[in-house]
Amino acid sequence: MTSRKVAKRGFNLDYVMWLFMRLSALAMYVVGLTGLTAALVMGARTQTDLGTLIRWTFFQNPNHVFSSDIVLLDNFINQFWQITQITMVFFGVTHGLNGLRIVVEDFMGSTIWRTLWRGFIFFAWIFMTLVAVYVVLAS
Amino acid sequence: MALNRKVGFFKGLKYKGGGPMWAWILHRTSGLAMVTFVGLHIIAGFLTQQFGSEAGIAINTIYENEIFQLAFFFLVIFHAVNGLRVVVLDLATPLLEYQREAIWLEWLIIIALYSLVIFSVLHDVMMG
Repeated sequence: MTSRKVAKRGFNLDYVMWLFMRLSALAMYVVGLTGLTAALVMGARTQTDLGTLIRWTFFQNPNHVFSSDIVLLDNFINQFWQITQITMVFFGVTHGLNGLRIVVEDFMGSTIWRTLWRGFIFFAWIFMTLVAVYVVLAS
Repeated sequence: MALNRKVGFFKGLKYKGGGPMWAWILHRTSGLAMVTFVGLHIIAGFLTQQFGSEAGIAINTIYENEIFQLAFFFLVIFHAVNGLRVVVLDLATPLLEYQREAIWLEWLIIIALYSLVIFSVLHDVMMG
């Protein structure tokens, strides 16, 4: 009976992505809490409802605050928030699709399905990032 | 002897892993749910923004449904807080000894945050 092949220790994709999952989680906390704190400082406490504040915390897109009574909209729509949105898109999409990759690697043997899944996940990663960044830059 | 990896579904159900097992299962399922719905939301946002498409608006109305919000926010908050526990225990390995206590603490934080969400959603339902 042959035992399962174990990946080599050291600097490889699995190690890099293991580290990335933790660091991107912390990065998303930082971006979210930055948005939340800044929104409260910029008057969200009295000018929005909790739902709007939560939407803004997760993604600082102008469409997420248009329905509220924000007075100084310019503070909420500028290049700084475009940068935080793109950061959130990159970390969120990569974290999510790498999570999908981990699930697939756990449950698929070395079959054609695993190859297809890997290809699908790679193209979904590129596609979703580009689409989301396009939406950010165009909104 | 090698570990038997072919475990059936019903045999798997009998495994008593307790808190850490459920945290692992919920982390995976909530992660997959979030990939699905955030992906749909990106597509819907793109379609609505670029073409004013009916399909995009239809997808986004799912997100306004209160039952969807209650379910989805539970998954998001669980995934976020459980992920923080994983990061902390991975980085501060001496704390691994207190893994079960960490899971209790995690649920306390989740309950506190989630009750805020329940309050907000129900408030919206009742006040219109």
